[in-house]
Amino acid sequence: MSTARTSVSSPESVVLANVSRRRFLEGMSLGGLVLAVGFPSIARAQEPKKYGADGMPNGWTDNPLAFVSIGEDGTVTIVCHRSEMGQGIRTGMPMIVADELEADWKRVRVAQAPGDEKKYGNQDTDGSRSTRHFFEPMRRCGAAARTMLEAAAAERWKVPVSEVAAKNHEVVHGPTGRKLGYGALAKAAATQPVPARASLRLKDPKDFRYIGKGELKLVDGMDIATGKAKYGIDTRLPGMLYAVVARPPVLGGKVTKVDDAEALKVPGVVKVVQIDPSAPPAHFNPLGGVAVLARNTFAAMQGRQALKLTWDDGPNASYDSTAYKAKLEESARKPAKVVRNDGDFDKAAAGASKRLEAEYYIPHLAHATMEPPAAAARITNGKCEVWGCFQSPQAARDLVAKRLGMSADDVTVHVTLLGGGFGRKSKPDFGIEAAVLSKAMGGKPVKVTWTRDDDLHNSYYHTVSVEHLEAGVNEWGTPVAWLHRSVAPTIFSTFDVNAKNEAALELGMGVINVPFAIPNVRIENPEAIAHTRIGWFRSVSNIPHAFAIQSFVAELAAAAGRDPKDFLLDVIGEPRVVSPEKLGDTWNHGESPERYPVDTGRLRRVIEVAAHAAGWSKQQLPKGQGMGIAGHYSFVSYIAAVVRVAVDPKGVLTIPRVDVAVDCGPTVNPDRVRSQMEGATVMGVGVATLGEISYKNGRVEQNNFDSYQVTRMTGAPKEIRVHIIPGADYGKPMGGVGEPGVPPIPPALCNAIFAATGKRIRRLPIRDQLTV
Amino acid sequence: MVTLDINGKRQNVDVPGETPLLWALRDELGLTGSKFGCGLALCGACTVHIDGKATRSCITPISAVANSKIVTIGAIGGDAVGRALQAAWVDVGVPQCGYCQAGQIMSAAALLKRTPNPTDTQIDEAMDGNICRCGTYTRIRAAIKQAVAKGGAR
Repeated sequence: MSTARTSVSSPESVVLANVSRRRFLEGMSLGGLVLAVGFPSIARAQEPKKYGADGMPNGWTDNPLAFVSIGEDGTVTIVCHRSEMGQGIRTGMPMIVADELEADWKRVRVAQAPGDEKKYGNQDTDGSRSTRHFFEPMRRCGAAARTMLEAAAAERWKVPVSEVAAKNHEVVHGPTGRKLGYGALAKAAATQPVPARASLRLKDPKDFRYIGKGELKLVDGMDIATGKAKYGIDTRLPGMLYAVVARPPVLGGKVTKVDDAEALKVPGVVKVVQIDPSAPPAHFNPLGGVAVLARNTFAAMQGRQALKLTWDDGPNASYDSTAYKAKLEESARKPAKVVRNDGDFDKAAAGASKRLEAEYYIPHLAHATMEPPAAAARITNGKCEVWGCFQSPQAARDLVAKRLGMSADDVTVHVTLLGGGFGRKSKPDFGIEAAVLSKAMGGKPVKVTWTRDDDLHNSYYHTVSVEHLEAGVNEWGTPVAWLHRSVAPTIFSTFDVNAKNEAALELGMGVINVPFAIPNVRIENPEAIAHTRIGWFRSVSNIPHAFAIQSFVAELAAAAGRDPKDFLLDVIGEPRVVSPEKLGDTWNHGESPERYPVDTGRLRRVIEVAAHAAGWSKQQLPKGQGMGIAGHYSFVSYIAAVVRVAVDPKGVLTIPRVDVAVDCGPTVNPDRVRSQMEGATVMGVGVATLGEISYKNGRVEQNNFDSYQVTRMTGAPKEIRVHIIPGADYGKPMGGVGEPGVPPIPPALCNAIFAATGKRIRRLPIRDQLTV
Repeated sequence: MVTLDINGKRQNVDVPGETPLLWALRDELGLTGSKFGCGLALCGACTVHIDGKATRSCITPISAVANSKIVTIGAIGGDAVGRALQAAWVDVGVPQCGYCQAGQIMSAAALLKRTPNPTDTQIDEAMDGNICRCGTYTRIRAAIKQAVAKGGAR
């Protein structure tokens, strides 16, 4: 660590010296950026397989010099290198460091790292990875800094280091009781060598002050409550212009004629600038279009409205969601590429007592982060600075550099708070737009703000899918043969125009790795061509897969006349540990198959805990009420939900209560695990009841929160109870938290509706399907 | 030029009268605590108080509020209700991303000033215009109740 004054607010003030850390992966290409979203098999097929943080671009570091600085007044500044988008990482990550550092949380300040993966390790805040990938490096980081303080104190007192111990912001000499505060030791500690990793003493978890307690308030809580917190959209720079952009309404479209005469007459409008479209594939690049720059956002919006533009819509002009759904259904009903084949489905199904089939549909979704994408940029003396709400600041940096023809070393990306992320802000197209516009204005600061229409019209959408399931059951109704055909345009189409099949990453999200005790399983994946930018949305392909699978199991239970919870447990089978590879899953959320096998015992347990907590089958519910259950394994965590619904005689749905049981291994901040489960539940309810992006003539039909509805307070569950399976052993692997709470909710909700009304929902959103 | 009374201070803004208050606050005056979410009064992120009433600033032209008292999230902590709500928000751990919370607190403050001890239904009705995409609704309800219990409401 280094000495620093209390005014330290930027990690740049940290003096880097004596850096000893692991070698980083070099030579990141665009393939590397694709890898950044977790596609190791494509980008680095030649290299030996690496897992966890090792498998991510630029890996990890545990170097205290990069993360910790201590002022002479004792203020400890800890750098958070992951983006805060509501998961609480700016509290959680520094909390880990502070605990090992024996720092007094009241004297800890948090600074946000700029995009610099060589210095901080991977910063791509995605895939529910931050805590599980950085818990151990951050512990070591704090322990190393603590060791340096202890060494400095021992040196000062001329005593063996074994006689001193850091405790709550001071180092104590045991034999004499002498004490030195961290501030007094800061300067000397900074000159100590960084201890070797193997020599570090980590705290015994029973001595943790903060980790696992859930008692610390959010570091940004009061700033948020008082309106002081700064998001990308809040960026203000001296002399800044405000821009909005008219983008092609159809993917691949180009503007052919621009008449800006009226736009330029709008008071406050300064200039109209064209942004060149990017060649396919879409990647994270701007779509191009026409920008209006003005003295404030409203003038820019008025100016844009006054533009007269002619578009060539290009090859996706006929994209139509109704027609596309029919096409997906057609594909889902024919044999296709087999991606997993256990036993002999055809034979077993032919010999089954009964055959059942069902098809499920989930439309495109948009993240609709409350803060729409926004970023500001300026270029001075050949160096570009960008401020924005980036989930992947290094990708922003690399792509801004590429687009401007600069070295990434000359681009600085400042990460603000993110007003929601959900995967949308992993794609820094909006940051590149800001940089392009600043360049067009001779380096003047420019902020680009996306309106809600822009956000819904030009997002990176959750895929659209048809899930076709067939089962052959025995005389007790238990499935002995299972066929799942999953068809959806792939995320990879955004990076490769020829990609038509779901990739390992998508298949590994609950379709190929379905851990059921069924001897004959065939999973197939027909091709699908994308006509829009397919991206990732919180929990990604787990949403359609879990919806279909957990609904279908409930349908089989109903056909067998059995309790859905008992039936689900039977389908999962006896507790056992299964290798993901045995399930055909080569991805396993990027984690080691040995360290992270599929443990059906853990899946069973969350189902049992959720059911027990909800009072499953213990109570006779009033007419029109029902409970539904679903359990799903994703992001190497196990989650089950019991949803209780009430459907009134007119078909109006309310949700009195949801019980969620989560096993994500040991936890750092249980309160934020809870809040993520609560939020995921509400988002899952929104996916199930309201969410739909549809296309007509290549264009998104929804414009704002009136047509693209999301859950509001009245539609949200009245009560959400979260049950965390205790994970006291910090040697055990951690699971993801941000995303895996979503997938069980839509099927549990639809199963509850079935229990309440007898109506089976197979097409989302539910919207008016219950209306009588 | 329009003169506005914002948080007890008279301020001049030199933009056309049809400019929504939100953009005058954010871009012209640097009061970025009030957020943009939809531009059509559909999400509540921009909520401010106009003469004590919760109002969506994104559709309110400045010309319409020239003679009104405007209070934003930056000053709502100046009274007991606002202060109690802000404290409850932190204590209950309401915020996730936090972006909508300024608007949520403004709506909650207007509710408690009008209805010091609201029922669940009254809370739901008053807060239904404020979207939280992170889904913090159960905690918002809990924080409002805590603020009431701790005597923030008049």
